[in-house]
Amino acid sequence: MAAKAEPWQTAEVPGPKKAMVITNPRIVAALIRRSKNPVLIVGSMAPRIKLSGGDLVDYAIRIAEAAGMPIVSSPSVLGEFLNRGFRRVLSMPVVDIANRLTDADWKGVENKGQHDLAIFMGFKYHVCWLILSGLKHYSQNLKTVSLEMRYQPHALWSFPNISEEEWEKNLNEIIKEFKQDKMILNKVKEVKE
Amino acid sequence: MVSEKNIRVKIDELRSSIGLLKGVEFSIGKVVSEEWLEEIGPTQFPKITDLREWDFKLLQRYKPFYMPFCDLCCLCTFGKCDLTGDKRGACGINMSAQQSRIVLLACCIGAATHTSHARHLLEHLIEKYGRDHPINVGGLNVEVEAPITRLVCGVKPRTLGDLEEVLNYLEQEIVRLLAATHTGQEASNLDFESKVFHAGMIDHVALEVADIAQISALGFPKADPEAPLVDIGLGVVDSTKPVIMVVGHNVPSAAAIVDYLVENGLYGGVEVVGLCCTAHDTTRYNPKAKIVGPISWQLRFIRSGLADVIVVDEQCIRADTLIEAQKVKAPVITTSDVNCGGLPDRTKDKVEKIVEDLVLGGQPGAFILDPEKAAEVAVKTALLIAPKRMKFKAIPDVSDIVEGAKKCRKCDDCRRACPNDLPIRDALAKVLEGNLNALASLYEACIGCGRCESACPVDLPLHSYIVKAAEKRIKEEKYKIRVGRGAIQDVEIRNVGSPIVLGEIPGVVAFVGCANYPNGGTEVAEMAVEFAKRRYIVVASGCAAMSIAMYKDEEGRTPYEAFPGAFDAGGIVNVGSCVSNSHIAGAAIKIANIFAKRRLRANYEEIADYILNRVGAVGVAWGAMSQKAAAIASGFWRLGVPVIVGPHGLKYRRMLLGRKDNPEDWYVYDARTGEKVYVGPAPEHLFYAAETKEEAMVMIAKLCMRPNDTTKGRAIKLSNYIDLHKRFFGTIPDDIHLFVRTLADVPLTMREEVIKVLEEKGWKENVIPDPTLLPRLVKKKVGE
Ligand code: SF4
Ligand code: SF4
Ligand code: SF4
Repeated sequence: MAAKAEPWQTAEVPGPKKAMVITNPRIVAALIRRSKNPVLIVGSMAPRIKLSGGDLVDYAIRIAEAAGMPIVSSPSVLGEFLNRGFRRVLSMPVVDIANRLTDADWKGVENKGQHDLAIFMGFKYHVCWLILSGLKHYSQNLKTVSLEMRYQPHALWSFPNISEEEWEKNLNEIIKEFKQDKMILNKVKEVKE
Repeated sequence: MVSEKNIRVKIDELRSSIGLLKGVEFSIGKVVSEEWLEEIGPTQFPKITDLREWDFKLLQRYKPFYMPFCDLCCLCTFGKCDLTGDKRGACGINMSAQQSRIVLLACCIGAATHTSHARHLLEHLIEKYGRDHPINVGGLNVEVEAPITRLVCGVKPRTLGDLEEVLNYLEQEIVRLLAATHTGQEASNLDFESKVFHAGMIDHVALEVADIAQISALGFPKADPEAPLVDIGLGVVDSTKPVIMVVGHNVPSAAAIVDYLVENGLYGGVEVVGLCCTAHDTTRYNPKAKIVGPISWQLRFIRSGLADVIVVDEQCIRADTLIEAQKVKAPVITTSDVNCGGLPDRTKDKVEKIVEDLVLGGQPGAFILDPEKAAEVAVKTALLIAPKRMKFKAIPDVSDIVEGAKKCRKCDDCRRACPNDLPIRDALAKVLEGNLNALASLYEACIGCGRCESACPVDLPLHSYIVKAAEKRIKEEKYKIRVGRGAIQDVEIRNVGSPIVLGEIPGVVAFVGCANYPNGGTEVAEMAVEFAKRRYIVVASGCAAMSIAMYKDEEGRTPYEAFPGAFDAGGIVNVGSCVSNSHIAGAAIKIANIFAKRRLRANYEEIADYILNRVGAVGVAWGAMSQKAAAIASGFWRLGVPVIVGPHGLKYRRMLLGRKDNPEDWYVYDARTGEKVYVGPAPEHLFYAAETKEEAMVMIAKLCMRPNDTTKGRAIKLSNYIDLHKRFFGTIPDDIHLFVRTLADVPLTMREEVIKVLEEKGWKENVIPDPTLLPRLVKKKVGE
């Protein structure tokens, strides 16, 4: 991975606490596996970001389905998820979900209690930057991961600035990780049976 | 200032050697005749903590959510201090207090700017028209001439001179507020937030003082729904004439230019065109003037070379105006002591000498504090320099763009500097394939900041490339805007008061603020048109009012031609410049006062409580950029009016968000019984940033709901909310059960689907109270 971990918008420098760089997509899979209650938060840009294997809504659905987690979508994107038959989605403005993620007593998107991992994709750069800053400072027990193509310094983990091809490859790797998990699980089941 | 409260003496009747005086009030140094019999309310000239209790009520429900722009504080030499997470700085402050402190600083800057603007304007107008010049904003049509001033200060200004004491108060409060931001002062974020509200309220008074003074003295339209239509757009400038460009917010020099031209029979021969609020106010002064566009058009217009002389006053003026103007050989005249531009002070010099230096001596500009002199210099210089300049421009040719594209290093530094992340490098690559369209397509979303150019390592004039590529479209930028009408008439308030408060007019939506748009100004126009079609009352001011004009329907009509300018359902009302925002707040206040007959005088809390619970008004600042916009928004919050901003508005670094999932936050007193009643999250938020236009529109409809809506009114509001939600998001909203109080609230045409949601959510019927957050307004206590 050639790119340096610098904010994409040159002036959006964060301060001393910067996101760790996801050098290998398996890190993301491991974070999700370890999480008790993860959530994928998808922004309004998702349908407009087209990759060779579909747009970012497609990728969000693939990741959420593979990892078995719910999606919170920006209101403008809700229809995209429903039209594609994905139902495990809750529409909520990004400021609202972020605000709720800072409340230890919040019951979470599926009433399973506060989330311990929030993964972001499909936002305008500065929107994600600011929301992640809010979470970095005010939700001490939450791990945040940015799956954006650009380095998001306020996340706990983020890709560096990468090319579209590399990005898509990484997203596919994450999905593959969970598919492998499932295959192994199925094998284990078979062996047990 | 000696406190107004302490020295006021009221005498019902006084017999003296000069005769019989009735109803007289003395204050230090002057006598104010007092016909205003209304009793003085509890908060005359409120100090910073006088409304703290009200603020805390709001902040309890709408809690701040901070998004720090930086982990550090660097405001004193203890620092930089790292405030990440739960760390504290060397002074002991934490991140929340630090963020709210920065918000307060921004609002103090905003309020100070408007107050200093008002002070400068007032001094100028008093000098010209006299201290006794009467306040008149709408003749007999407007009795409540200064609703904000009456509400906050408890005084009723009759003359320009009366406004001075109001400004004295504002200045005193701003100094106090600013003092609270010093290291080692305020410690609590909520107290900072309360002070933010105070700064906002002070700001609103300043807006009102500035606008009613200029409306009264300069003959601006007086609450006229049929104010004339004027030209707006880059394409409306007549380039065959000498052109004077005026930029900024403070109109005296621009007005003096118009006067000079008229007095000397030159008007038809010289174009006066404006940008930003000075443009609004110049057309209010003389509807023959033209508007180029909002603030973000500065760079492109200067570079177009059309302006022969550039006259700037204050606020939101590019700091590189002089540098840019020199590129097109246009002299700059600065006219304000807050923006001297590094130019020599020529205020005392002879006009002819200054003109000679500008036209022949190659001097880049002059700083002239006397508006009349500045005007004469501007006109004479324009006439003499125009034939020499030959509209010399700094916009490249297509061949230059191709050459530039060849030099591009593909580093993407331009895009990484662009606030809207525009793919400039890709567009340049297309140029090499012989295609300018990609470059031209960036024009709409380009806010004209020039950051891409500053970043480019090979110094390509990228903004100019975009402007050149979009040349054809720019030439077609010819629209009409209705001149800022100023105040809303009392009779209009009487007519719409009842339908607004009962909810039958679904809301008042105010599009205000700057032009830092995420995807261009067309989105503002589309929103305004949609809500006007839905029979909301749409009001507009400042750059947003201009963006609304720059749009045409299928019949080629701009919104101001297609919709009436009356403050009524389906109207699109341009009140005017930034300072005219006071009439929007004023209209909300007047609904409480004129329609509902609530006491106005120094009775802030009760009026704000009325507005929060009954007046379905929402502000939308889609491109809010400045500290002034922050202060204006704060003034609306304290008054109980929610504000929605675009995605760049997140950079104000804190939202005020309600939690609809916490029922305990949404109880009010029923003023009839004293019982606490659940009213649902209406309005849900006080300060909210939307990612997209669609999200904003659905939120506008939702935030117009108020606890006091009648069932008929609520049904109308709900049907708009549900309809927009379905149209943009494809589903029925999942929170309608929170807004249906009784089955009569359910819109008839949507009955089945709504009832289905109610059943799913286990909805229960509620009562509709006479809502208030103030226990003292309860007429009968529970158990009485
Ligand atoms: S001038 Fe336009 S393209 Fe350049 S950085 Fe600013 S918004 Fe982006
Ligand atoms: S900054 Fe200049 S050199 Fe770099 S990609 Fe942009 S235009 Fe090309
Ligand atoms: S942040 Fe605002 S004030 Fe500061 S340099 Fe940028 S545009 Fe100017």
